[in-house]
Amino acid sequence: MPSRRALIGGVAASVAAAVLAAPEVRAQTQPGVIVVGGGFAGASCARALKRMDRDLAVTLIEPEAAYLACPFSNAVIAGLRGIEAQTFSYDQFGSYDRFGDIALIRKRAVGVDAERRRVRLDDGTDIGYTRLVLAPGVDLRFDALPGYDEAASAIMPHAWKAGAQTLLLRDQLAAMPDGGVVILSVPPNPFRCPPGPYERASLIAHYLKTSKPRSKLIILDAKDAFSKQRLFEAAWQELYPGLIEWVPLSSGGRVTEVDPATRTLVTEFGNHQADVANVIPPQRAGAIAQSAGVADQTGWCPIDPVTFESRLQPAIHVIGDAAIGGAMPKSAFSANAQAKACAAAVAALVRERRPAQPKLINTCYSLVAPGYGISIAGVYQPRDGLLAEVEGAGGTSPLEAPLSVRELEAAYAQDWFRTITSEVFG
Amino acid sequence: MRRAKHRRGGRSPAPVLLAAPVPLAAIVLLAALVASAPAWADAAPGAAACSGCHGPAALSSAIPSLDGHAADEIVAQMHAFRSGERKATVMDRIARGFSEEETRAIAEWLAKPEAARHAQP
Repeated sequence: MPSRRALIGGVAASVAAAVLAAPEVRAQTQPGVIVVGGGFAGASCARALKRMDRDLAVTLIEPEAAYLACPFSNAVIAGLRGIEAQTFSYDQFGSYDRFGDIALIRKRAVGVDAERRRVRLDDGTDIGYTRLVLAPGVDLRFDALPGYDEAASAIMPHAWKAGAQTLLLRDQLAAMPDGGVVILSVPPNPFRCPPGPYERASLIAHYLKTSKPRSKLIILDAKDAFSKQRLFEAAWQELYPGLIEWVPLSSGGRVTEVDPATRTLVTEFGNHQADVANVIPPQRAGAIAQSAGVADQTGWCPIDPVTFESRLQPAIHVIGDAAIGGAMPKSAFSANAQAKACAAAVAALVRERRPAQPKLINTCYSLVAPGYGISIAGVYQPRDGLLAEVEGAGGTSPLEAPLSVRELEAAYAQDWFRTITSEVFG
Repeated sequence: MRRAKHRRGGRSPAPVLLAAPVPLAAIVLLAALVASAPAWADAAPGAAACSGCHGPAALSSAIPSLDGHAADEIVAQMHAFRSGERKATVMDRIARGFSEEETRAIAEWLAKPEAARHAQP
């Protein structure tokens, strides 16, 4: 956390600039809500706030010119899709909305003074808020796995944030000779996108089967069970027999150290050498959550399940991957659903109304192969201070299903992506 | 603003009005009309999540749009999903998570023609 003195110094130095900034002028006369982070959670929340109360001054702080979406980025790695299909510019964002503009500030939020309710930006200015919504996503922990730091990720890509890392892993697979060994290492829970590593394994297997059939894929897993496991395993047996080897925790799957120089992954049961190593390291809430004091010792952010307000700092709400979502997985759909529920609570709170009890939905599709999709869904509500699953609802696609159902789910996956990105970024 | 226009006779909506100078009286009138229309703030619990999959009809998605359905029709479909009478991929699993009253409230909100449920394509 930045020191109070440093923050106050920043405030004094930047008063003139902050007062001149348009959002600050608006914030003086209207309740001002700041949203930090323009991903599925933050961009959804900024828009939902405007739809709920057009008189709210809403400011979105996001330094990037475009968002690179993670859902479907595994298809880019497998050469099935271009990165441009994952890229969503914020160009139209500020001008969007028949309910009025959202002020878009293209800077990085680097600190929060929770007491004075101000967000500090990377240019030294700061901006006040009535309520703050943090949607920073995840940071990869480059301190959690010995040998795996940022430099190592240039050799053993994580590809867990879409963009250059996605293309690096794709290019490494393309350059690998037939007969090579690809190793994918999976961290313990919790991490962004629980079924993501297994969708990735599936699509890499599809690439190997069609382009480099003598190759092999090993999944070194720090867990003994995973999301949609029975569906994935049945599909692997059917589509990629002998190609994928899944090594669970109990069989020595947990990676304890890596050596990027030799592309070696060390486990408690021995060493594995890879031609291509995709190391997905442990994660935590994005840096701004740490500096705002809303992350606990787990690295994630405890929240009230009705309002998404931080359990640690008043008037700061946390949504999406950074939040401790209880039974809700860290998925794009969860982030979008949480954003709308949080926006409803924030819109009520700034008008001193009582927030309603939310009900949330998650749906998550995985591609096992082109034209072969599986899904999991859930319905959630606040219970005992957490977001809990509504019993009797939710679950995965049927285990025994004709190919027509898998094809339909693959088509739905594509169209879900088109719809949600249109709602959030379009 | 788009909704205000629709209410007054269904002319095709102008995409941006507030960007141009508008007399104060007109702004006040439009604001009053918008405030009286259903908005996301009035959405029944769970209803706002629907637009994560169900987009505007103009998107031509394989996932059907919820535009233009009567509340009774939506309730009946949710019943059919819940009982298994209507085959589904995910909606059967989701429908089981909502009570009669919740389903009715969601359907009533979704059926309101003015409801701003999703972005325009």
